[in-house]
Amino acid sequence: MPAERRITIGADIDQAIRLHGQETYPHECCGALVGKDDAVTAVVALPNTTEEGPRRRFLVRPSDYRQAERRATEMGGELLGFYHSHPDHPARPSQYDLDHAWPTFAYIIVSVMNGAAGDMTVWFLKNDRSSFEEGSLDHGQNPHPDTAPAVHGQAGRS
Amino acid sequence: MAKILIPTPLRPYTDKQDAVDASGATVGELLADLTRRHAGLKTHLYNEQGKLRSFVNVYVNDEDIRYLQKEQTPVNAGDTVSIIPSVAGGASASAKATADPPTRAREGGPTVLEDLPALTNDEIKRYSRHLIMPEVGVEGQRKLKAGKVLCIGAGGLGSPVAMYLAAAGIGTLGLVDFDVVDFSNLQRQILHGTPDVGRSKLASARDRLQALNPNVEVVTHEVAISSENALKLFEPYDVIVDGTDNFPTRYLVNDACVLTGKPNAYGSIFRFEGQASVFATKEGPCYRCLYPEPPPPGLVPSCAEGGVLGVLPGIIGVIQATEAIKLILGVGEPLIGRFLIFDALRMKFRELKLKKDPDCPVCGTHPTVTQLIDYEQFCGVRPAAPEPAPLNSANSTTEITSVELKQRLDRGEKVKIVDVREPNEYQINRIPGSELIPLGDVPKRVNELNPDEEIVVHCKSGVRSAKAADFLRSVGFKKVLNLKGGVLDWIDKVDPTQPKY
Repeated sequence: MPAERRITIGADIDQAIRLHGQETYPHECCGALVGKDDAVTAVVALPNTTEEGPRRRFLVRPSDYRQAERRATEMGGELLGFYHSHPDHPARPSQYDLDHAWPTFAYIIVSVMNGAAGDMTVWFLKNDRSSFEEGSLDHGQNPHPDTAPAVHGQAGRS
Repeated sequence: MAKILIPTPLRPYTDKQDAVDASGATVGELLADLTRRHAGLKTHLYNEQGKLRSFVNVYVNDEDIRYLQKEQTPVNAGDTVSIIPSVAGGASASAKATADPPTRAREGGPTVLEDLPALTNDEIKRYSRHLIMPEVGVEGQRKLKAGKVLCIGAGGLGSPVAMYLAAAGIGTLGLVDFDVVDFSNLQRQILHGTPDVGRSKLASARDRLQALNPNVEVVTHEVAISSENALKLFEPYDVIVDGTDNFPTRYLVNDACVLTGKPNAYGSIFRFEGQASVFATKEGPCYRCLYPEPPPPGLVPSCAEGGVLGVLPGIIGVIQATEAIKLILGVGEPLIGRFLIFDALRMKFRELKLKKDPDCPVCGTHPTVTQLIDYEQFCGVRPAAPEPAPLNSANSTTEITSVELKQRLDRGEKVKIVDVREPNEYQINRIPGSELIPLGDVPKRVNELNPDEEIVVHCKSGVRSAKAADFLRSVGFKKVLNLKGGVLDWIDKVDPTQPKY
């Protein structure tokens, strides 16, 4: 068993994701996670462009994806993954999430029940695409990018 | 050799490089070479059927290959090919709390596995030929059991659709129809049998489907589908199958599918030719992208007027059922953006490519139709066919009833009667003394008729002969009377010994 992958998010990042989920409720929100070595240092809110009903779906357009990747580089980090909300649903990935998941990326899901953000979880696609593996969210008090690798250096990528 | 730009999540498979070289003359060859060099990429780029995954976008110099030649898009030396993710996801569709219509049949298949209904031992036996196929399997069969399909019409197309979907184990099968079984239906509508003639089609269909598979919940909606009830009717279902035979209902079904976000497994049949496609999906075109406007009323004859080969709905309906099953399973390549045309006489399939029209009034980027409209009016059906007056009274300057015609013939009057149907119809039944001039031949044979003589024209039910009458008047005929209700009314009122069709 590979070590459980950990993602560090600071209180400000945690708050930004929750607020975004509450703002767009009852629709899903989505955004990019930017950082380095599995420590999220910034989030980039992205427009939800799904045409399938934003209560249950989110879609990041290729053009927005490109921009997120560019922004991440500009900020001196890399694209670590994406977050989205599950309005009135638990913070567990759906089959749809699995079917559309990319490897390596961290997928943070925040459950927004009746307009209030609740559970937040993080998931990683298994290499064979068979399922997600739950990671752990480390709410480090000081998510400064320079300190993060030192703290979590041994967590290792699977 | 071309350069391929690799997105962040795939870089672990390319030794962390953000750009790699690969060779090939087309995008398909290039990607094949790429996955040969970096084996871990294959499972993320391609699905089990070897198709590029829907959320993998490939651009050649900033152009999406979907709008070029897809994987056949040529690649020249120096071109830059980019793999760009669409990032998508969302809550499980098996919602309990919200009012949104389920969108589960769209792309990812339904829900998380635990939410799918289990199979009983009997069902496992019944569906064993599905269960041993990896593309279906137990999970797929459970998706089918959770699946809800609404079939508009329980006639020619609805028969094979409903029977095969029931046999395949679709959990909930809705049927909309309000007709009764007629003898003339039995040549193709295999849901119904000879003892069912005169029964409601839905009662007959329910018996047949329950006998075929008692595990299926058959939901009957004995109503005429309308702008008032369509959205509510569609709401509980995952896929809508259009088995209608007229344009107002076809546009209504299309628009309601777009508005509710349900895919439309479309089919239509006429004589020896059939069509099929999947409309109104998120990524694909709708029926209006193909035909923004209906044809002028009367231009395209219905099956009742033009006839249809009995086995044809079998072929087209089974294609629709196949597409519904694929949509629910989330496997294969659906008929999205592809318009299949089948010619039974030549036994040939042709395929047209369709694109979503950004200016489409319903599914375009700035839709002008945002709720259901009056489709009879849209298709020009009502103005062309005003409220029919009772058949025993006719406008005496342009029309005549069959009873009046009989009385005049009985009085010994010499009345010129022209039958504008086709020769094969004339062989089935006719008004004694009538002369056959098919509608299409009327202009070139007009000099066989005397413009000063009174002429009664008729067809099967009065539509074609009204056109013939208009034409004859336009070229100077003094008195042309259209027989109201056509030969069918003649048989009803005057000569019941003749067969009807």
